Amino acid sequence: MSKRVVVVGGGISGMQTALSLKSLGFEPLILEQSRQLGGKVADWHLLFPSFTPAEEVTVPLIRAVRQNGILVRLGCKVVSIESRRVILCSGERIDCDAVVLCSGSTLFDATIKEEYGYGIYDNVYTSADIEKMMNNECVATASGAAPERIAILHCVGSRDEKVCQRHCSKVCCITGVKQAIELKKLFPKAEIFNFYMDIRMFGPGYEELYRQAQIDYNIHFVRGRISEASPLMDGRVQIKAEDTLTGRPLRMSVDMLVLMIGMRANDDNAFLSSSSGAELAPNGFFKSRNSFVDNVLSTKDGIFLAGTVSSPKTIGQSLNEATTVAHRVAEYLNYGN
Amino acid sequence: MATNFGFSISKPRVIDVDTNNLKKSNEILAALPELQSCIGCGSCTASCTAGNLTSYNFRKVHTLVRRGEYAGAYEEMNKCMLCGKCRLLCPRGINTRRVVMLIKKCLGDF
Repeated sequence: MSKRVVVVGGGISGMQTALSLKSLGFEPLILEQSRQLGGKVADWHLLFPSFTPAEEVTVPLIRAVRQNGILVRLGCKVVSIESRRVILCSGERIDCDAVVLCSGSTLFDATIKEEYGYGIYDNVYTSADIEKMMNNECVATASGAAPERIAILHCVGSRDEKVCQRHCSKVCCITGVKQAIELKKLFPKAEIFNFYMDIRMFGPGYEELYRQAQIDYNIHFVRGRISEASPLMDGRVQIKAEDTLTGRPLRMSVDMLVLMIGMRANDDNAFLSSSSGAELAPNGFFKSRNSFVDNVLSTKDGIFLAGTVSSPKTIGQSLNEATTVAHRVAEYLNYGN
Repeated sequence: MATNFGFSISKPRVIDVDTNNLKKSNEILAALPELQSCIGCGSCTASCTAGNLTSYNFRKVHTLVRRGEYAGAYEEMNKCMLCGKCRLLCPRGINTRRVVMLIKKCLGDF
């Protein structure tokens, strides 16, 4: 009988992990806490840097999971991981030979940064809201008008000691550039300003897209973090920042303020870590055994990591880890350690 | 009659994008879109012959112009001797001498 591997999470990492495990002759079981597969990518519209529809990633993966007869259980919340056993919130125990954590991460809750007014006044949105609006083809201000000026603020809930999120969320810089271009395509007359602390264009084609945003789409980039946003009488939003490259304070009113929210560690990581013995990094993400040859191994034997459960990652990096982790599980189960 | 109290009120230093007229700035960017790709590295200012002798800061002046702050920009650009060292260094390949000439042309009557 083939060995059973529990994959916690049915996002893109979980699905790819299960598919790779299946092709290596194991019996993967996906436990997904929501009612559908696809994870966060399922809510996204187009993907950087190629503007590929997100469903071109999720749909083939979901189809492959079905066609390969991979066991999937939806609406299953994992409350405890012991060695070779997973316990669900229903109390059910599932015995297995190894566990791969693909439970991803949580989007930063922008209401915590009260100074930006998200959830308090109109016309303040998050990057995730913009993706949903793009999917529903209803991008507009709260009054339904086309925006004439849009500000995009990078690093909301990333690199911020005040909200206990010291780490860089990695993908928001390029998402800010991507959404700026998408918004400019939708509203060619709109002025778009990206406010940033640093622009980190680490991936292939990212720097090129950044340059394209500047030269071909005339997107303005202001180095400086918005310190506060306040509502105006007409429902627009006034923002204040320092234009640090000129050393002068700067203010403007905008029709839309878009916050690039970061990825933070799941709250569940705390009890999944304490039950399993797999350690967490100081930022709350699961700690890899090391960053190089064992990056998909947790600090506990038999418990593996893939995707954003261990740190913010792009889709491509998450899928690569998913493929890698299957091979490391195979080594572990076939040869022991 | 105005009484001299011995103090004055400073002009606000804030760049107010709402009240600034960006028309000239947009003209300059339309003529040379690559100027928008400046990443503020400061190579131009570090290498600047004029900047080593005067307070001329090319990066700062063109950034201010892009925000609609035109006051004094023409006079500042007159300090440039068009030696072109900045253009040799610019990592974004911006034609910096053209920036100087464009700002002087567009903002000469400001």
